[in-house]
Amino acid sequence: MSVLVPTSLDAARDALSANPSATVLAGGTDLMVEVNERRREVVDVIAVDRVAELRAWSHDPVSRTLTIGAAVTWSEIEDAPFLAWVPSLAQAARTVGSPQIRHAGTIGGNLGTCSPAGDGLPPLSALEAVVHLTGPGGERSLPFAEFMTGPKRNARAAGELITAVTVPVLRGPQGYAKVGVRNAMVIATAGVALVCDADAGGVRLALGSVGPVILRCPEAEAIVAAEADFAAGRLAEPALRAAAEAARAAARPIDDHRSTAAYRRHAVGVLTARLLRRAFPHD
Amino acid sequence: MTEATTEMYVLHVNGETREVRDAAPGESLLFVLRERLGLMGAKGACEQGECGSCSVLVDESLVCSCLVLAASAVGRRIVTVEGIAPPGAPTDVQQAFVDAGAVQCGFCTPGLVMATHSLLERVAEPTELEIREELSGNICRCTGYGRIIDAVQRVAVARRGGGA
Repeated sequence: MSVLVPTSLDAARDALSANPSATVLAGGTDLMVEVNERRREVVDVIAVDRVAELRAWSHDPVSRTLTIGAAVTWSEIEDAPFLAWVPSLAQAARTVGSPQIRHAGTIGGNLGTCSPAGDGLPPLSALEAVVHLTGPGGERSLPFAEFMTGPKRNARAAGELITAVTVPVLRGPQGYAKVGVRNAMVIATAGVALVCDADAGGVRLALGSVGPVILRCPEAEAIVAAEADFAAGRLAEPALRAAAEAARAAARPIDDHRSTAAYRRHAVGVLTARLLRRAFPHD
Repeated sequence: MTEATTEMYVLHVNGETREVRDAAPGESLLFVLRERLGLMGAKGACEQGECGSCSVLVDESLVCSCLVLAASAVGRRIVTVEGIAPPGAPTDVQQAFVDAGAVQCGFCTPGLVMATHSLLERVAEPTELEIREELSGNICRCTGYGRIIDAVQRVAVARRGGGA
């Protein structure tokens, strides 16, 4: 067994290209659970948590986008300046695990694991994030909706490294809300992200933990987009209820050890209504 | 780029250079600290990052040592509860835990002490809500947390120069 700790993206890419079956280790908060429980054996590891390019982020005020390196941690994302630029993602960051988990866990790791319960994923879906990868075949970028292909499945090929994610900086309310058995340190039973684009009059809703992938809710989004007054922060109660019902209907939950499908569907309606009331406080 | 092999790698723990030899693949930092380096302060319980009893500082960041691949921590500064004060000379946080009665069985205490040091480094005078959120990754099954929060507040007050 060997553990490589590259500090540059070139070194990390070369190491992974030379050994495509090596395990990529970011914060370790998912991988080490599997290792500790003997569900996974690691042989060769490439630890990417000290790769300078992956630890960086940049804000482009011209294109109004934010590009966040894959090894940026949730504890960094939960605070300023991310809180002002991408509030839904920052709010989700604050709900990830505990402080210990947020100090280690990364946005790239959330994408690499691609659990439907990953708290970072509904905001990335609602923000219509673009995921950047690099590998032996060069660099490519793809929309989040094409990146996540199933529960714990994604479009990353062997030998490819997730390098960053780009999200727009939008004007308008955003939020993330989830339910679980505790306020802290809990895997989401259901999670909902709301992102508004006040300049385009657009609304995006994305659901986590209630389907094989993060689910968008086109019908609910269309109701809010048609009925909401962004300038006045106003959404009439009947429209709000109709949107929450449409989100409820869009969920595709299953029964498992964490919740029944019926409860998950109910929670989606409650969380959607809650986020919409926060975003549009006047009815 | 550093490379650590399981035959031998070096960790920096509590200001000392410690060699780890003939490790098995996948060993966590918690395992190496306890079983190879004889540092029993960090406790092993859940092994999945839920309980916080294995909390240590890695480059001044509070993490669960059970979720750190030990060989990936080469070159980082690791501080365990043994490294924050010499025996018999407790830190203000440790003393406050004793004074406030924040210790019962003691299993969670090293993790909570590390979490409290980490919190008070970043937030000098945390509110009760901030304390609860910051310590949410450390589970205590004895105290009900009231006296732990009291201990944290005592340290904050004392560091500000106020009376008890």
